[in-house]
Amino acid sequence: MSALLRVVRLGRSGRARLLGAIALGVLAAGAAVVLAGTSAWLIARAAEQPPVLHLMVAIVAVRAAGIGRGVFRYAERLVSHDASFRVLTDLRVAVVRRVERLLPGSRTIGDGDLLARFVGDVDGLADLWVRVLLPAAVTLAVSAGALGMMVVLLPAAGLVMALSVTIAMLAAPALSIRFTGRAAARVAPARGAYQQRLLTLLDGAAELTVYAAMDNALAELDQIDGELREAESRTAWGAGLGTAVAVLAAGGGLLATLVVGAQAVAAGELTGVSLAVVVLLPLSVHELVAMLTPAAAQLPALATSARRLLEVLDAPDVVAEPAAPVAVPAGPIGLRLTDVSLVWPGGPIVLDHLSMQIAAGSTTAIVGPSGSGKSTLAATLLRFIEPAQGTIELIGSDGVVDAAHLTGDDLRGAIGWCTQDAHLFDSTVAANLRLAHPAATDDDLLAALSTVQLGDWLARLPHGLETMVGEHGYSLSGGERQRLALARVVLSGSSVVVVDEPTEHLDDATATALLHDLLAALAGRTVILITHRRDLLPADVPVVQLVAGDAAATGQR
Amino acid sequence: MKPVDPRLFHAARSSVRHLAFTVLLGSATAVLVVVQAGILATGIARVIDRRGTDGLGPLLVALALVVAGRAVVSWAQETTAQRASAVVKSELRRQLVRRAVQSAADPTQGPRRAEFAALAGGGLDALDGYFAKYLPQLVLAVVVPVVVLLQLLRTDLTATLTVALTLPLIPVFMVLVGKATEAANARRWDALARLSHHFLDVVEGMPTLRAFGRGKAQAELVRASTDQYRTTTMATLRIAFLSSLILETLATLSVALVAVGVGLRMVDGGLDLRTGLLVILLAPEAYLPLRQVGAHYHASAAGLAAADAAFTLLETPAPAHPGTRPLPEGTFAVTMSRISVQHPGRDRPAPDGAELSVEAGEVVCLAGASGSGKTSLLSVLLGLRTPDAGTVTIGTADHTVAMADIDPAAWQRAIAWVDQVPYLFEGSLAANLRIADPSATDAVLADALARAGLPIALDRQLGQHGSELSAGERRRVGLARALLRRATLVVLDEPTAGLDSATEDDVLRAVRSEADRGAAVLIVSHRLAATALADRVVTLA
Repeated sequence: MSALLRVVRLGRSGRARLLGAIALGVLAAGAAVVLAGTSAWLIARAAEQPPVLHLMVAIVAVRAAGIGRGVFRYAERLVSHDASFRVLTDLRVAVVRRVERLLPGSRTIGDGDLLARFVGDVDGLADLWVRVLLPAAVTLAVSAGALGMMVVLLPAAGLVMALSVTIAMLAAPALSIRFTGRAAARVAPARGAYQQRLLTLLDGAAELTVYAAMDNALAELDQIDGELREAESRTAWGAGLGTAVAVLAAGGGLLATLVVGAQAVAAGELTGVSLAVVVLLPLSVHELVAMLTPAAAQLPALATSARRLLEVLDAPDVVAEPAAPVAVPAGPIGLRLTDVSLVWPGGPIVLDHLSMQIAAGSTTAIVGPSGSGKSTLAATLLRFIEPAQGTIELIGSDGVVDAAHLTGDDLRGAIGWCTQDAHLFDSTVAANLRLAHPAATDDDLLAALSTVQLGDWLARLPHGLETMVGEHGYSLSGGERQRLALARVVLSGSSVVVVDEPTEHLDDATATALLHDLLAALAGRTVILITHRRDLLPADVPVVQLVAGDAAATGQR
Repeated sequence: MKPVDPRLFHAARSSVRHLAFTVLLGSATAVLVVVQAGILATGIARVIDRRGTDGLGPLLVALALVVAGRAVVSWAQETTAQRASAVVKSELRRQLVRRAVQSAADPTQGPRRAEFAALAGGGLDALDGYFAKYLPQLVLAVVVPVVVLLQLLRTDLTATLTVALTLPLIPVFMVLVGKATEAANARRWDALARLSHHFLDVVEGMPTLRAFGRGKAQAELVRASTDQYRTTTMATLRIAFLSSLILETLATLSVALVAVGVGLRMVDGGLDLRTGLLVILLAPEAYLPLRQVGAHYHASAAGLAAADAAFTLLETPAPAHPGTRPLPEGTFAVTMSRISVQHPGRDRPAPDGAELSVEAGEVVCLAGASGSGKTSLLSVLLGLRTPDAGTVTIGTADHTVAMADIDPAAWQRAIAWVDQVPYLFEGSLAANLRIADPSATDAVLADALARAGLPIALDRQLGQHGSELSAGERRRVGLARALLRRATLVVLDEPTAGLDSATEDDVLRAVRSEADRGAAVLIVSHRLAATALADRVVTLA
């Protein structure tokens, strides 16, 4: 429940609209109750055959309430749905903000599960406002009003109604929650697990198919699917129970009101006309209350969704931002690493006691076998993760700054990065490039592309810069993807550039040429070139050799 | 949008039984509603007439029975509806996933993963509202007015005519408004699918975005796309809710018309109290289910739009008709001739009329500039996609057979393949290796790892996409997996990329030993060492 309350507080921008929706909802539901009561009075009074004039007020009231109910209800639904969508935006933005602080580095929550949290749980939580908070508030207010009316007419009937409405409003949902709770709490995690597994399966579809392991993988997915179906089916019984109890409470109330009303009429305490009102008015109140049971049945599932959402929002930062950040020194910038040990959060030390100095404007190659920590070093230089110990300093023309004293964004403004698995977004070639430099002109983009030898490739594309690259750049070959990512880093204006395995997937001749062009394009910037291909490096590039394991031999050629 | 999508009942058999049960319960509800109104009208009229509780006993017993009956029916209705929904969703999910993996297996196609995931995950949940609320209400909307009108007919002709004349207006308006919301609902589903796709792209590319200082801006982009979702949805809802406004107002005014009419005739002495009460109790009941249909229309339209999206994906044609012939026994040679593969948005196919053959026991190296279609050619060879032109034939000493005629499962059993970025799933290294050979012992696995030049422990746990391993290590896990297969055709895409030269030698030795075993080996590589190892080098133009 406390998770739900926190989520309610998160959805700030919908609050005023929600209050408006409650007011409109009370007017609409009130009109419905007035309509039922007035109609009953009208018929019972008409049976006494009074002059028609005595009925005119009731006739007008019946018509006004009839029109008012529809109009107020329409307005209420529009306002409340708009409010819930605004809340939805708040929640989604909160998730993305958090993910921005968590990836890469924190890998405790998989992509597929995140998607489930974003779309499924957050969408579900929007129901909290429209389907739970709003009807609860409206029903309470209107029931209280109707109860006052009943007490005036016949206190005993008022007592009966108070009792039956309370049972329908509280006991029915409570029973429903009691019997759906455990199963409902299993639904959201099962859905997350399902989606996570499904994405993994789609990612690996080619290999699973070729290795004839698809049937097994599908069987495993079906098993999770079965658990999800089972959990959902189990919630059905309790939800039905709640509805049945609400129907019984309303019917029991009706029965009891008829008895006490009849006794009051016999005792002369109640007129016949009022009897009709006393018996029929609670029926319309119960019609309202009946909407609450399914709403309450959703509470356990919503509470689980809220907890899962908060898990993302509360996940600890991978890297602490400095309390008093300092400014990036003026370029050109060099780097100094002193006794640095590299580690992925929660993992073993990848590389110990690394010390080196990289002069501003120079090019340095970091070479080492697979697993020696080259990519960990890149992630640490970009401050996606923090070193276990040691300091990394930026040496500018106007002073030396500890990288830990800069904000992550400022640091990454100064240090650019191109990874071996650079991500291409499902958008155009131009949009993927402008990521690095939003203000770049088409000519800038073309120049960057020709630097990485994609000029001819671009000329062959029918839509040129506006060609869509597909999800993950699927419509490009491996080499084209790599070069496009490199063009991006060429475009970025950062003084230091970390390039991770730029020649992957390229033949030796092309790779040598690419390296030559790339270094020419990045001339004047500080370049850290991470590669396992020492043989392709120009002879004048100094090399730092990393050795796998916890001992690092550092040296320069 | 039709109120009932026949494809839904065709695809999910269990929903038919549910529909039948819903009709049964709906009829029971209608009868109970009419009986309850009769008892109440009689009861109130009798108390007023006799000024006391005289003769009320039997009526109270009957009322208690009716209430108990309604409780049981509503319990059954709610329970079966939710069960049916869970089962139907599961049936649809299973069909969707089987269709999704077929298109996802072709690496050159770029499947819309998030769209499948969103649909199979949360999207189909929109069907809950359809099954649990809309469908029962639809049944009630047909059954209840008929039963109520029959009862009214026995009571008061004028009121019956009023109701009978206004009632048909409601479905007419519903159809008109439904037509207006249909397109809007489809747009809304599109918006939701785009939103999921966009978010997954953002999450996966977050490291890249942060590196370029664009990470924080994503929150605003997501805000913009979610706001866009809100705008399109609100536009739909304004119309969808308008439908219930019209329906509610129409229904309420009709009831008011009946009530006022009955009241005036009672003043004239034309009607007695019991009849008057019965009419004003029954008249709203005739409209109530139709009004509820309007109220649940929005929920149902969302459900039907999701179902429609599912059927659209299910009905996209499956790639080609699979062959049925068995694979020839023993080792074989593969010949690919005049293979062309078209790519969307490109005017020239890549490869364009490629020729490639690999004999048993031979290592062939496939080279070519990037973009020349090497990966597409491999997809064809692996049976993951059908070429737009050209044929692949399998030859043994005795005969040749077209690959298209061979049972795809048999073909894939004969192949080992290592992708440029091998797929590793969350779990132990041993489990990742065993997808190639589920019965392999630890010793066999360790041997394969050693031959692939990867000295890491079998019980090492790998994260999603094997994120703890370097690219070179991931590729060697893939190679170890391929070695375990003892396959007749071995296909390796850049097996030594990301490796230092000592490890590269280990890997190439393992590749050679596969050919020595009699396998036909095809390597895509640019590395000189790989080219040197190969018996032949084929360059794609």
